[in-house]
Amino acid sequence: MSILTDASVDTLSKDETDHLTGDLLEISMGPQHPSTHGVFRMNVTLDGEQVVKLKPVFGYLHRNHEKIAETESYLGCMPYTDRLDYICSITNNWAYALAVETLAGIKVPERAEYLRVITGELTRLQNHAGLIGFLMQDMGASGTPLMYAFREREKVLDLFEALTGARMMCNYMRFGGCRCDLPAGWLDGAKKVVEGFPKFLDEFESLLKTNEILMARTQGVGIVTKAQAINAGLSGPMARASGVDYDLRKVDKYGIYDRFNFRVPLGEVGDVYDRYMLRVLEMRESVEILKQAIRDLPEGPIMDPNTKIRGFRPKAGEAYGRIEGPKGELGFYLISDGSPNPYRYRVRPPTLINLTLLEDMCLGHNVADIVIILGSIDIVLGEVDR
Amino acid sequence: MNLEEIKSQIEANVPGCRLEIIPNGSPSGQHSLLVDVEHGFAVASFLRDGATPRFDFCSNVTGIDWPVKEVSNKTKVKKLVDGVEKEVDEVVKTQTGGYLEAVYHLYSVEQREGPVVLRMRTEDRAERNHVPSLTPLWRSAEFQEREAYDLFGILFDGHPDLRRLLMWEGFVDHPMRRDYVDPDDYEYEPTAHDEVLKRAQAHRPAQEGGL
Repeated sequence: MSILTDASVDTLSKDETDHLTGDLLEISMGPQHPSTHGVFRMNVTLDGEQVVKLKPVFGYLHRNHEKIAETESYLGCMPYTDRLDYICSITNNWAYALAVETLAGIKVPERAEYLRVITGELTRLQNHAGLIGFLMQDMGASGTPLMYAFREREKVLDLFEALTGARMMCNYMRFGGCRCDLPAGWLDGAKKVVEGFPKFLDEFESLLKTNEILMARTQGVGIVTKAQAINAGLSGPMARASGVDYDLRKVDKYGIYDRFNFRVPLGEVGDVYDRYMLRVLEMRESVEILKQAIRDLPEGPIMDPNTKIRGFRPKAGEAYGRIEGPKGELGFYLISDGSPNPYRYRVRPPTLINLTLLEDMCLGHNVADIVIILGSIDIVLGEVDR
Repeated sequence: MNLEEIKSQIEANVPGCRLEIIPNGSPSGQHSLLVDVEHGFAVASFLRDGATPRFDFCSNVTGIDWPVKEVSNKTKVKKLVDGVEKEVDEVVKTQTGGYLEAVYHLYSVEQREGPVVLRMRTEDRAERNHVPSLTPLWRSAEFQEREAYDLFGILFDGHPDLRRLLMWEGFVDHPMRRDYVDPDDYEYEPTAHDEVLKRAQAHRPAQEGGL
């Protein structure tokens, strides 16, 4: 932390002092800060309490995921994708599996597609539940809402553990299907969780939807317009809260999403409140999808019998596969040169790109608003820094 | 939506640009459009504002490193060997690569079309590694171009704030290049082990003063 007093201004060049109109305070928020959701840093310049400049600093969790993946086999990359957005490992698996399937033209059996939808939507539920809990925590509602949300999230994680053996690093999907079939009784457990979920949402909403403090803190804060959102490549709930009608489950209809009946909620203002409410509404739609998928789940194989996942060598070429992850458009861009490991492996990280407008959203707001604006973007540093 | 159509649209509207469709051998069928560096910005801005459909959403930006690679092709050639005409294998060596590539995946949110894969190639991998930045057109490219600069060393002309994104300031190399060699010692403070220290210095000439 350094205070730019008149004396220190003299030592700065003219370019650096041009924007100074009074005493500005430069603070470094993060990388060790409870509200940054990981090791993320923002260099914030403050005029009193107001933000006049904000520069995000990345790379504290960088391990060059892409380089590691390029030295691995196609199958060996799969567990690494768990570590990108470690809250939603199953959707990461899905995006990668989809990209490889696009690259090699692999068909996925019916039952596996249903299992993907079920686990994918459960991932969305637990991600959004966790997020709204954290957002309340960031706003100062210490403890209680977060614990309520985590109680729900825990039920989903228990299902993941029963299915994949891990709560968070699920490593569940393979190109051409899924790794394992449902254990006995799992579907009943899932049904119970799904049917109980709206009760949690009702409770959470009635507690908070019209809460005066919540509304005062979030409405009109961190507004992103529709045009801005499209231009800055925002995706997922961030873009839809600004009114961009772009849900890849509807647009690309990847997997079997065209079989389900669900709506895409859209925001009007594009502020933090819209982003919060959008997640609540999205969870309700996910519950609907889950009910339909669990009802229609067919019997059958869960892996494409023609795909050899070990020693897998796709033909030379490239493919970009993307899915609607809980945080936005998660894409994988793969180039194969015919060898057993990808020549180029690129992750399109939704949370990094959703941070593009962070400065624009924060300008003119107070320091405390940065925390909730950042919280409403929903970042995970494992994916931002890769 | 057909890439040929888009190509002819661009050719009609951006005079002088050199376009080439790069076929994609995989079943994905996502062929891409190679644009020359001089007209890259004009082509991109036409795609954003003038084309049908308008590609208003730039989803993915990344770099690719293609080092020089020698490909030898065997061809059967008829030749006179000791006065008799025979079929002989002749090996023709051709060089490919030797450039860095910036790749953009463009979508249309309005028309729900895409992707159009736009590629630009630098002249070489050393000094002439410039391509135009498309950040003034799509802000989504801002961090992604910074990342491509950081990890591949592609210089994006016209980028408002081209700094390293993931590696720290003062890091010299570009880790995603194919010929990048890991330093044996990542620490700022070298270990006391002489051999390790020597090898580490060899990789960081600018920082450590070299050997």
